[in-house]
Amino acid sequence: MELNKKDLGGTHYKESALKEGKLLSLAMEPKLQYAWDNGPAIGRYLAELKEGRLIARKCNKCRRIMIPPRMFCELCWRPTDEWVYLKDTGTINTFSICYVNWDASRIKKGEKPHLPAVIEIDGASEGMGILHVLGEVEPEKIKIGMKVKAVWKKPEDREGAITDILYFKPVRR
Amino acid sequence: MAYQKVAIVGAGITKFVRRAQETGKELAFQASKMALDSCGMTMEDIESVSLGTAPDAFDGVHLKGEYLSDGSGGWRKPYMRQFVGGGTGVFAPIHGWLHVASGMFDTCLVVCSEKMSSCYPHPQGAFKTIFDHTTEQELDPTLIWIFALEMNRFMSAYGMTKEEIAQVSVKNKKNAMDHPAAQLPMEITVDDVMNSETLAWPVNRLDISPASDGAAAIVLASEHTAKRITNKPVWIDGVGWNLDTAYWATRDLSYPRYVEKAARMAYEMAGVVEPKREIEIAEPYDPFDYKELHHMEGLQLADRGEAVQMLLDGKTQRDGDRPMCPSGGALGVGNPIAATGLMKVIEIFLQLRGEAGKRQVPGSPRCGLAQAWGDLMQVGTVVVLRR
Repeated sequence: MELNKKDLGGTHYKESALKEGKLLSLAMEPKLQYAWDNGPAIGRYLAELKEGRLIARKCNKCRRIMIPPRMFCELCWRPTDEWVYLKDTGTINTFSICYVNWDASRIKKGEKPHLPAVIEIDGASEGMGILHVLGEVEPEKIKIGMKVKAVWKKPEDREGAITDILYFKPVRR
Repeated sequence: MAYQKVAIVGAGITKFVRRAQETGKELAFQASKMALDSCGMTMEDIESVSLGTAPDAFDGVHLKGEYLSDGSGGWRKPYMRQFVGGGTGVFAPIHGWLHVASGMFDTCLVVCSEKMSSCYPHPQGAFKTIFDHTTEQELDPTLIWIFALEMNRFMSAYGMTKEEIAQVSVKNKKNAMDHPAAQLPMEITVDDVMNSETLAWPVNRLDISPASDGAAAIVLASEHTAKRITNKPVWIDGVGWNLDTAYWATRDLSYPRYVEKAARMAYEMAGVVEPKREIEIAEPYDPFDYKELHHMEGLQLADRGEAVQMLLDGKTQRDGDRPMCPSGGALGVGNPIAATGLMKVIEIFLQLRGEAGKRQVPGSPRCGLAQAWGDLMQVGTVVVLRR
């Protein structure tokens, strides 16, 4: 057998055909709501974020200090053993300069790009990173390996969420 | 381990398009009908059906396996839906292989159908919920973030440039000029990639595969059945799949260890000892251009950090020593998530049979590989095919 275009299904149409009503279509906007339980590990993580602290869990078998914390070690497949406070500083493992919003729309003219990064947190095991964003830095000056520190919301504004850290900013050490 | 040998005996595919007028069920039907017709079979000859389709959120339809079951020929048959995100397109044939290899069935229809266009204004939005709901989603991530972060880490680990990586996109989009199902066949230059819109540095628009609608299907048969159906069976000699930690920010982003584990599983089963020498042609998953190189290394087809040199030396061109994505890949043919992986399996099937037309690689290859990848960047799925 060989593939021939004339035999293949799949009929392309342009978005404009929908907008002009040449093709009929029904739309639905789901209005679902969810409230996620956190469990003891992430529950404590959020509670400590509210206090302006980062906390991890340690597995005494592989000795990894893990952030975000978890009640079981997925590698040793056993319960983790203790809570360990970490610093709110770390190292940029990788980063991006992003001009696109979560829904693929573009940032507005004059708006600053999103600066997502993986940040390896000081005191956690090597390579143990979390996703967050960078701030107070010119995008072109960001480098892998740069040292950064958390910039927190004011205590009265914190709500027990990862966004209690506004962003991480570069620091000299 | 004792199991029946399993062959691919037929294949079908629809065009990959940004918006298909057909429903997902109709696309599944078109691809499945073509696959059966290609080997002179009917649905009555099919004993089980393996369907692959990615997130329900694309369609806004819960239970997508049930939704697509009629178009896939699944009614009144043992029918299973497989889903590991972008890895689905090779995971579904692996499950079809299990159905037949186990001896439970002598034939299995594998169908992968995807319709991303139903999700408005862009299917990108549906991906937000793959991130951890509590520790990540609040940061408003887009899927491109994780690719951009991984690409940056991969580039810096080995000192690669964006210009070098862009050559994957140039190659694959050009290869797609000869693929009848292709959505984005084009002749472009590295400059075109570099000058295309920066979405999330280091990722530009032409570094990325498009959102697509489309379907693909293959027919699997046990050895004694296959020999009655065709004199050109292509054997699935090895299958492998593997999952790594979903705490993706704690992984070494420069190397896909899970792809290596999946590949080693498939190689061991197929008796492949030296993949660099024995795998003559491959379709690594290429939703982004750097992923082709990243996956070649995970697949042991190049040493770490060396895949880019094979690309620059022209070895991965269709007429090169080790053709990669001769179909045009996800970058050129299009990326209707689950259907993409199966399109890659079909390409190797056609290449090994010498039926790839203008895309045919020289040298009559005997052994090839297709790979897909997905979930939260941590699943690898691999099949090794031989004629």
